[in-house]
Amino acid sequence: MALTREQMAQRVAQELQDGFYVNLGIGIPTLVANYVPDNMEVMLQSENGLLGMGEFPTEETIDADMINAGKQTVTAAKGASIFSSAESFAMIRGGHVDLTVLGAFEVDVHGNIASWMIPNKLIKGMGGAMDLVAGAENIIVTMTHASKSGESKLLADCSLPLTGKGCIKKVLTDLAWLEIENGAFILKERAPGVSVEEIIEKTQGKLIVPEHVPEMVFD
Amino acid sequence: MAGFDKIVASYEEAMAGLENGMTVLAGGFGLCGIPENLIAEIQRKGTSGLTVVSNNCGVDGFGLGLLLEKKQISKMISSYVGENALFEKQLLNGELEVELTPQGTLAEKMRAGGAGIPAFYTATGVGTPVAEGKEVKVFNGREYLLEEAIVGDFAIVKGWKADRYGNVIYRHTAQNFNPLAATAGKITVVEVEEIVEVGELDPAHIHTPGIYVNRVVLGTFEKRIEQRTVKPTE
Repeated sequence: MALTREQMAQRVAQELQDGFYVNLGIGIPTLVANYVPDNMEVMLQSENGLLGMGEFPTEETIDADMINAGKQTVTAAKGASIFSSAESFAMIRGGHVDLTVLGAFEVDVHGNIASWMIPNKLIKGMGGAMDLVAGAENIIVTMTHASKSGESKLLADCSLPLTGKGCIKKVLTDLAWLEIENGAFILKERAPGVSVEEIIEKTQGKLIVPEHVPEMVFD
Repeated sequence: MAGFDKIVASYEEAMAGLENGMTVLAGGFGLCGIPENLIAEIQRKGTSGLTVVSNNCGVDGFGLGLLLEKKQISKMISSYVGENALFEKQLLNGELEVELTPQGTLAEKMRAGGAGIPAFYTATGVGTPVAEGKEVKVFNGREYLLEEAIVGDFAIVKGWKADRYGNVIYRHTAQNFNPLAATAGKITVVEVEEIVEVGELDPAHIHTPGIYVNRVVLGTFEKRIEQRTVKPTE
């Protein structure tokens, strides 16, 4: 079975470490916040200028001046700090964020990512995504392995305009956990019940399949 | 003698001198911390042909969306747009030009502009459409793009509290691009929720020192919320 969005968030959460500063993109990455282990301290960075994002407010505490990068109303967690957008991207570009999780349309074997622009469709902009992929050492891309019509999103070369070049090393899809090394995807884990054959079939770029590919384990 | 007194009595006075074709830097992220009354004043004045530098372009009928109604903006420099139908229409018609700029690069362009740094190198955008026509230089084996700073004829800023010397503090994440825009305007106008006595703000907690600020005006704010999200009440 392909992973649900919640399971994908759970799998990403297994990569969290105590004391990590983490930037979570919109969509599945946002859900990762729900799976931070209880015995772990993780601080969420929101690129509009908040380090230490808390939970959503109540109707009583909602405040128009307190939002995250998705423009949702949020609260500041205990120990949070708030700063300008230049300071925020100094943290990001300067490599101070330990883990960045974001979605994509396509990833290729060279570590290129395309996530912001589909030519001939309305282009809304890249927001902070280009800075995030250029600045972070440790990035996890979350996306479905193939489009609804079955076309692979794990390619030999991205077909869409790039968000960043040679910056992606880890990809979690609904079918597999893969790492990118030396111009190939390496199949590290598969979703429970998903066959290696299905992953091979849905991966267009060069895929290296080790002898043993374990299934993901969830608590 | 006005000395350091930056307070002006009206929005009309606050935006005096804004002319057609000027570049305006605006603070705000989405609808959070936008100089909503200064934008409304630009709409009232009817100044046109403006280049507006702002992370976003408001929504239909509010924020910078107001300036689209009378086609007052000819060019937007932003990281993310298209939350409003009018913007899309004018873009597709060719009435509006847009220069999409990565958010961190946009912030740094304003910061550099205000700090007297004409350009800087960043890895952001290398190998992407953003790199087109830009100089690439290698430092320590990695490619970087040369990005030029931005300054504005006017900067329009939303603060929380200011004193008459123009010292400003911002409230929560309504800070965002505001302190950056404030440094990079030839004329920087700040509208605030409260004007306090000089000496009332803790000098160590001032976000924008008065040296950057030319005019301060007191306003009342709607503070519209774009994505109202609350946790369920138990």
